[in-house]
Parts: sequence; C-alpha cells; structure tokens
Amino acid sequence: MRKALLALAFALPLFGQERVTLIRNATVLTITNGVIENGSVLIRGGKIAAVGRDVSAPASARVIDGTGKFVMPGIIDTHSHTAVEGSVNEISLPNTGMVRIQDALTNDDISAYRQLAGGTTAALILHGSANAIGGQSQIVKWKWGRPIDEWIVKDAPRTIKFALGENPKSANFRPPEGQQRQYPATRMGVEEVIRKSFIDARDYMAAWDEYDAKKKRNETAIPPRRDLLMETMADILRGRIDIHAHSYRADEIVMLLNLADELGFKVRELQHVLEGYKVGREIAKHGAGAGTFIDWWGYKAEAYDAIPYNVALMVRDGVLTSVNSDSDELARHLNHDAAKAMKYGGLTEEEALRVCTINPARQLRLDSRLGSIEVGKDADLAIWNGHPLSTYSRVDTTFIEGEVYFDRAQDLVRREELRKEKEQRLKKEADDAAAAKKDAAKDAPKDAPKGDKPNA
Amino acid sequence: MRKTLAVALLLIASSALAQSTILNNPGRKPVIAIRNATIVPVTSAPIANGTIVLSNGTIAAIGANAAIPAGATVIDGTGLFVYPGMIDSGSNVGLVEMSSVAGTVDTAELGDFNPNSMAAVAINPHSELVPVTRVNGVTHVVSTPEGGIISGQSALIQLAGWTPPEMLVKTPAAMHIQFPRLRSATFGDQSQDEEAEKERKKSYTRDVDKLRDVLRDAQAYGKAAAARAKDRNVERFDRDLVLEALVPVVEGRIPVVMHANLARDIRAALTFADEFKLKVILAGAQDVGRVVDEVKRRNIPVLLGPILALPQREDDPYDLLFTNAKTLHDAGIPFAIQTTDAHNTRNLPYHAASAAAFGLPKEEALKAVTIYPAQIWGVADRLGSLEVGKSATVILTDGDPLEIRTNVRRVFIAGEEIPMDSRHTLLYEKFLKRP
Repeated sequence: MRKALLALAFALPLFGQERVTLIRNATVLTITNGVIENGSVLIRGGKIAAVGRDVSAPASARVIDGTGKFVMPGIIDTHSHTAVEGSVNEISLPNTGMVRIQDALTNDDISAYRQLAGGTTAALILHGSANAIGGQSQIVKWKWGRPIDEWIVKDAPRTIKFALGENPKSANFRPPEGQQRQYPATRMGVEEVIRKSFIDARDYMAAWDEYDAKKKRNETAIPPRRDLLMETMADILRGRIDIHAHSYRADEIVMLLNLADELGFKVRELQHVLEGYKVGREIAKHGAGAGTFIDWWGYKAEAYDAIPYNVALMVRDGVLTSVNSDSDELARHLNHDAAKAMKYGGLTEEEALRVCTINPARQLRLDSRLGSIEVGKDADLAIWNGHPLSTYSRVDTTFIEGEVYFDRAQDLVRREELRKEKEQRLKKEADDAAAAKKDAAKDAPKDAPKGDKPNA
Repeated sequence: MRKTLAVALLLIASSALAQSTILNNPGRKPVIAIRNATIVPVTSAPIANGTIVLSNGTIAAIGANAAIPAGATVIDGTGLFVYPGMIDSGSNVGLVEMSSVAGTVDTAELGDFNPNSMAAVAINPHSELVPVTRVNGVTHVVSTPEGGIISGQSALIQLAGWTPPEMLVKTPAAMHIQFPRLRSATFGDQSQDEEAEKERKKSYTRDVDKLRDVLRDAQAYGKAAAARAKDRNVERFDRDLVLEALVPVVEGRIPVVMHANLARDIRAALTFADEFKLKVILAGAQDVGRVVDEVKRRNIPVLLGPILALPQREDDPYDLLFTNAKTLHDAGIPFAIQTTDAHNTRNLPYHAASAAAFGLPKEEALKAVTIYPAQIWGVADRLGSLEVGKSATVILTDGDPLEIRTNVRRVFIAGEEIPMDSRHTLLYEKFLKRP
C-alpha cells in the first residue's frame, strides 16, 4: 500500500492525448548525425517528428526552452536487475533456461525512478549468474507510474542469460549446512552444461521433425513430450532468442565463442566481459557485442585483470561495445562511464556517447527505434543542464515516448508535498493514539480482577 | 629492575598512546620546477602562467615570478594545471587486494572490539591498488579498518613508499567505531511482531552497554597506569592491549570516527560521545540533513560519502546524497568527502563533482578532497594545498581533476615523481601490442 502511494506520488505523465512537444534552442547530441547547436527536437505521438535548426511546431505545442542545455537520447542499460521481485537466480539447476524474468517484474521499485533521474530510459533485465543458463531476460522502459505491462517493450527480441566462470561454478558461495555443492564446480563443467543442453536440444528438434514428417505422410505418430527448457534451447538454435553471456576471463570467452561456432548458435552480447580486451578480435570475428564496466575490478579473482581501457580496446578491435550497470546505483550515471571511455584509451566524444546509447540499442536489436535522435524513433530523451559527459551536469527532464517521466522542477515541488503529507499523517497517528489511550484510561475498571488471566 | 620496569611502562605508554608522526622517505629529493602552468593552490587564488618549485620534498617557491634554482629539472606546464594531491578520508587501499579472496583481505578483524587492530601494520605497499589510485591524482588515503563495533585504528598514508613505515603519514589517524544500530521492522516485514522488536532493542542496548563498559574500563585503566607511572608503590597490574589502545581515545587525544548514517543512529552516537567527551568525527552521515543542528552545535567535522551511492529509504529524495555536501556547506559544518572504496578510490574526485552538480560550489568540492581532509586529519601544515613549506605533493593535469575527461599527467608525492603506470596501464599497453 505504501509503495502504491509512493508510485502515485511520483507519477507524472498525462496520458490519452497526442501531444506535441518542441524542445528548442538546445545543443542536440543526435549520436548518429553529429551535434546540432541551437537545435530543436519536435515530438509528436511519442515519436521524434523533426530534428534540426529550423523546426516549426503548431501553436498548440508545449514548448520547452533548451537554451544552454543538452538533449541526448535516453541511456540504455543492457545489464539490469531492477524491478525484479525477490531473487534474480532460480539457482536450483545448472540450466534454468525455461524460466522468464518477465514473470517476476514489479513496477514499484523506486530504483526505476532514480534511473530516470540519471537519464536512463531503457534496460535489459536479466537473471543472475548462479546458473550456466539462468533464464529468459526482458527489455523494458522505465515507465514509472504505469502498469508493468506497459514497461515491457513489445516486439522486442527474446533474450536469455548465460553465465561462465566463478559464479556458475559456485566458487564464491558455500552451500547451506547439509547440502552438497551443485554441479558444475569447474569451467570444464560449465562448458559441458552448455554443450549438453544444445546437443539435447538438437535431439529434441529432431524428434519433433520426425513427428512432423510422419504426420505429413499421414502416418501414425506419437508427439514427443513437450519440454519448455528444450523449446527454449531450440529457439536459441533457431536464432529466435539472443544470448547475453556473463563472462570474465579471456579463456572462457573464447570457449563460448568456439562452442557457438561448433554447435551452430550465436552469442549476441558478452556481458561484463572484463578480459574482452585480450580477445577483442575473436569477439569481433564471431560478431558478438560486449557490454562492460569501466571501473569494477579486483572484487574477485576473475576480475583481477579488468582494466578501464577495456571499452576503448574493444571498440578499436571492431567490437560493438556498450557500458552497462548491473547496479541500481551505477545505472544512474552511466554518462560517467561513457566519459571514462574517453579518459581511458582515448575514444572520441562521439564514440563515447555511442557506448551508452546507439551501441546498446544495436545489441538489443532495437536501434531502429532507440539509441539516437532521429526522425521516426521513439522520443526517449533526456534534457541535461550541461554536457552529459561532464561530472558537473545533471538531468532536468526525461521523456519516454514523448511523455515526461522525470522532471527535476516537479520533483522538488512534489517532495515538499510528500514531506508535508507524511508529517500530517504521523501527527494524526500520534493524536489518534493519544486519544485512544485517554479513552482506555477512562473506561478502565477501577479494581481490576486479580488472579488467572482469561484465555487470550 | 623496578626502574627498568617503570621506564618500560613509560615507553609503552608513549609508543602506544601518543599519536605518532613518522617522517617518511628520508634522503634528499630532486629539485623540480614546473613553469608556465596554471597553479591552483586551493587556499588562495589560481596563478596563471605560474611557477612552482619542489625542493627536497617540500614546496620551495610558488608564484607568477618564482625563481627557478640553478640545476633544477624544469617541466614545461604550458596548457596544464597544478593542484595538490587529493586525500580520501575513508578507504581500504592497502588492506585488500581481491575482495572475494579471503587470503588477500585484511579489513575486518573477528569480534566486536578490536581497538588494538592497526591498519598501519597491515598495509601492503606493493598492492596493485596503490598505483591504480595515485595515477588519478589521489595521493593520500586514510586506510580504515571495518567491522564489529570498535573496528580499530586507521592510518593516513601516502600512496608511495617501499615499506609501510615509508608510507605512513599519521598513525593512528583515528579510532573507528561502528555505532550500534537500532533497527525497527519496516512496513510489510514479517518480523514486526512485538517479541522481535523487543529482541532487537535488547541486543542494541546490550551492544551500547558493552561499548560503554569498555570505554569506562579504559578510563580506569588510564588512571591506574598514570598512578603507577607516578608512584611505583601502586600495585602492579597486567597489561591489557584493548584498554591501552582506548586510553588516548577516552582522554580525547585521538579522534573517534563514529560511523552512522540514519538520523537516529547519528543522534545516538553523538549523545554517547558527549558522555565520554570524545573527540568525534562523524562518518557516512547520509541523514545529516536531519541533524544539522546537533552536528553544528558540537562543532564536529563530517566525512561525507560515498556520494555516488543510493539513499537508504525508498522515499528519500533521489538526490539526497548528492545534496548533503551543500547542506553542510550552507550550515558552516566542516566536512571532507570520502569514497569508502578500495579498488575505486581513484574515483574520489567524481564523488566530489557529483556534489557540485547538485549545488556545492565547485571550489568547495575541490577543497572537500584536498585542504578540508588535511585540516580534519590535523596535517594541514603539510598537505592539502600548495603553499611554501608544505609537502611537495602535487599533480599536473590537463584540466579540472574533478572532471572525468581530465587526464593526470604527472604525480609527485613528497617531492618524488611517481611512475604513471599501474597494473591497468601495463595490461593496456601489453594488449595494445598483441600481434
């Protein structure tokens, strides 16, 4: 109930009308078509309708003066665990590819709102990394205040989380008392789990093909038993589900890419991929993307060779690279990590901005709709009060599909309202309690009976 | 025999109780002059096209027309900036290598009361974190033990030196207390029944009582030690290292860093500190905006941070931690900004910048990682700004060090130039050259 109230309190958008919005006289970082000084962005029906220096808008349009401000596309985070109810790991089997994170999402995680306040508008929500194959992921937009169904990006590609290295081999966890360690316990075992799953899936597909062929020939046939895990694995082999693979060390990265080539599947995006810089050319050759961190290193043995130059080195090797968060905190300032891709390894400003916008959009196969300011794309934008690659800048307003989901000025007003409301409610609670106490004292019998208490 | 004992006891008392200040890196340092740079002394106005002379470990001259001594190594600073090295007031650098590998972690001792745990004796000068941190301009950290109720003694170290003593600037920097936290059940919590609530209160009270007891024992121990030092007829007693470590704390000779975040915990910690007249530094302090008067009235400094962290309550303003520094600045409460990190202590300047993005003046953000920590730690005579006579701990940058895109070009710590490589640059260069 409290969460619901809170959600209402922060909900801002007005819905139901096809509103036209013009952001004028701002520096527009289009990402794909350079920087437009004194530029305008026209939003109509949730889409970007026009971009440029001379953009006209109907008289009824809401006009936002962008003088001195910067407009950039909403940041896209390809590694999030926000808005997941309870644990992110199914854990109980080495391969839990049949479970779906979309069945466990909630729309009351305040982190979504905080991320909007950092200019982040969309994310890939993944399972954890306790299993070699963890479950199916979900692409969402942070439509704070709206039902969870509306957060889910319709027609987005299906995705699944794989995991390699220390986590799926349970290197850093001790099983509860009385429980045995779960297979696998080595990188050899992790490879075997994945290999066997795909070989089983090939058999499963063959069984169905055989059944379909028999039916076509009007022969008597018994359908194979449906298996949700095998159907998932088969859909990966059919190219209908994209793999996002948690990985650290160069050896395990190459292992997965080789296994993919051998068994006939593709890896869409290597996640974390902290040693990606050692094998950038192998990653590029396979055509996998890389979503990585700048700063995190040394938190475990497999992260000891992580370097902040990873992004720049992979970009130079031709790998489609993004920065992502895996963190409710970092997801609020992925612009910092983009700036660090310039600092460490010397990406250009344009390349740096791409690693948190169009590159993740491409990794999610949503670049026809997201990741840049282009006519026809979703109007997912943030207005910054300074250059987004500066540590001194902050977000003023964030739009998703043309609607305002975060506005700093409104937030400041609403937080004061919330504070007053809370104060009133607390006072009422205290007053009520005092009144009840007074009543109780009045009604209490003067000589309370002694002896055994009545049954309670 | 008796005399030897007395001398021994005095020696013990002075070494264990007195705040020691160790001179590091003995020996002559080169004379270096950086000229034509914009010099930002922090405590005075920036000097355009200025010269700074580093000689024998200290700043010998600074100014638009400072003379360059004969034989000095001259560095052209055209287009570059000179700042003092930055200081992280709360870090684990030196105490941890790989967080998940227990054998490399020396941050938290077992048990609740470890006042005699000293970071100074466990600093690894050859940790890969040391170069990683300093090449981004963070030259000093207060390396801090964690855990339990009394975590131990921190040490202010410079991130250069071949042995731990060469790195030490001040030990102990402070005693660290994680003030016990009273947690009440939150809405929807299964454990909000009365019994559980009682149990939580009981365990909280027990912890505070234990803390009170150990400090009272330390007061008594200090008195007894003093009495015996004065008069050998006072009965001999066995040494107790736990109490011995706390004597300078209860005598107000070394500061206590009280780690507390929620308003309730901060109030409780400060009230407790009043009882013992402790010399308090408040750390963490996420809710400091709710207790400004209490902090201000006591005239205590605050170690704020991490700034790049999440507020604890879901109905806290999204920018609570970004705005706290401005709140303190407006109230006139002295503060420094800390990371409480280890591997990413190098990001100290960006924690400070994030406070500036939300209203703290930029110059104040810079001070919060330079002169303010130097003042709080009692080393402003040597560190935290560029002034003649202070330590030659300077960084040469191509811009504002609080901006991520700025690169630190050269680092000097106590007069010595630091190599600009680290595990990260070496791996970078190695794989740049992969055939």
